[in-house]
Amino acid sequence: MPRVQSSIADARSVVPRQPRRWFPLAMAAAVVILVWWSARGTEVDLPLLFRDGPDAMFSYAGRLFPPDLRPEFLLDTAFGGLETLAISIMGSLLATLLAFGVVFFASANLMYAGVLFEREAAGRIRGGLRLSFYLGAKGLLNLLRTIPEIVWATVFVFAVGLGPFPGVLALGVHNGGVLGKLFGEVLENVDRRPIEALQATGASRFQILIYGILPQALPHFLAYALYRWEVNIRAAAMLGLVGAGGLGQQIHIAISLFLEHQLLTLLLAIYVIVTAVDYLSAYLRRLII
Amino acid sequence: MTHRLSATAPSFRESKRALHWLFFGGVFLVFLGSARLAQVDPWSLLDARARANFLRFFAGAFPPDLSTEFLRFLIKPTLETIQISILGTAIAVAIGLPLGLLGTATLAYRGVLHAREVFSAPARRGIRFLPYVASRALLSAFRSIPEFVWAFMFVRAVGLGPFPGVLAIGIAYGGMIGKVYSEILEAVDPQPLEALQATGASRWQILAYGFLPQAYPSFVSYTLYRWECAIRASAVMGLVGAGGLGQQIEISMRMFDFHQMFTLVVILFGLVGAVDWLSARIRRRVFAR
Repeated sequence: MPRVQSSIADARSVVPRQPRRWFPLAMAAAVVILVWWSARGTEVDLPLLFRDGPDAMFSYAGRLFPPDLRPEFLLDTAFGGLETLAISIMGSLLATLLAFGVVFFASANLMYAGVLFEREAAGRIRGGLRLSFYLGAKGLLNLLRTIPEIVWATVFVFAVGLGPFPGVLALGVHNGGVLGKLFGEVLENVDRRPIEALQATGASRFQILIYGILPQALPHFLAYALYRWEVNIRAAAMLGLVGAGGLGQQIHIAISLFLEHQLLTLLLAIYVIVTAVDYLSAYLRRLII
Repeated sequence: MTHRLSATAPSFRESKRALHWLFFGGVFLVFLGSARLAQVDPWSLLDARARANFLRFFAGAFPPDLSTEFLRFLIKPTLETIQISILGTAIAVAIGLPLGLLGTATLAYRGVLHAREVFSAPARRGIRFLPYVASRALLSAFRSIPEFVWAFMFVRAVGLGPFPGVLAIGIAYGGMIGKVYSEILEAVDPQPLEALQATGASRWQILAYGFLPQAYPSFVSYTLYRWECAIRASAVMGLVGAGGLGQQIEISMRMFDFHQMFTLVVILFGLVGAVDWLSARIRRRVFAR
């Protein structure tokens, strides 16, 4: 009997502290209040939405039909779709190269902390240099990431003129920041044991990178790059808004000029491309990992 | 293992290698074609005109416009952005949760819950299968059309202002949330479900006590991530006249007032950072259970 009791006491000390009961309730209340506040601020008129909304939407949707399927417009659409696809592919490639070039400086366990450095009392200057490289790379990635693609696109349109190329640059730069963060997480989570084993053989730091870290990280890098491709195909369509070519530009024109039948064709094209890229990327990722 | 491979499979390995080369050659060709189609021209970044434009842009952006009247004027759009993102995410959950539940294969027609009714009437299985397929198709249509296109169409349907932005985020993110929720539900541990079923629990009870407690932390985590995306998306929404900070960015861009634009981007930066911090805290609480 006493044994049982002591084991209960043990269990009690092992079980982590229960979160307070009020937390979920308080969260729920906070969410309700926030949603109410947001609804007031955004002038949501629910009765109006439910009374007139469905009619307006259905009549709008009705006007979209039938899609414009004239051969010359289909050809236009196909070209726009290909351009969007090309922008997304080039943007993802640029982002991957950019992230790959920067991420090694931005990962703590390669620059100054962890197994690779525990045996070394770095001099102040050398350590400071390492740390400043690390902080600089990290800051760069943060900056690239937080500025949205669309803002980057306007900057690049301003610099190199209209056309798909500024779209490529915008996608590449923004997603370079995103991929840099994701790649960095991969690098910080690699298995340490191969690294320690390599270090024990006297491998240099560069050799450890090539033989210990990269083989573990590369498949994940590729998987993330493919995932961003899925995101980029949607973003590439959007960049047309600021004059960066592709389907987005055609959609912009079709909506502005009330060309509803053409709009439907373009929407279908986006649907097909996005779905196809989703499937292709999922398939390739399964091949890799 | 290796022995068997080397004994039987040289031709197989040869053909596999050829396949690899074919694959990489194909990828290379795709890259080349994309580069042409997207008019990639790195040198144009370096020519004098582009350099001058970059310089004009960045020199024009410093220092940011921090005059009190501009900052005071920005309070409303900033709050509006927050409100759009909150209400949009709430609507997305309201759309995504029911559709996601309907679109979960383990709830609809296969897995533990249905293991005992292999021979149930085909009509009944058809009735189960139909909502599953329908909700999946709906979700994929919602998420394949980018949010800016939704915003465009809602601006047409309900007029300018923050409300179309809310609806656009609600629909587009509803599609994504529904898909991810159903993936989370399909990945829950089936053992508690079996245990519940063995006690004679109804389907609803199994959903409430078996599925949801396991899925809830991931639900919260993904929803918070979407909220962060919604804040970022507001930069795009504004371009098509759907309110918030994005609209101010669009106006400043139109007027080539880069000082103001810089301030706006910094505010957006701060908002995203704050949301990131807040959701990290909430995530930690939710997963600590």
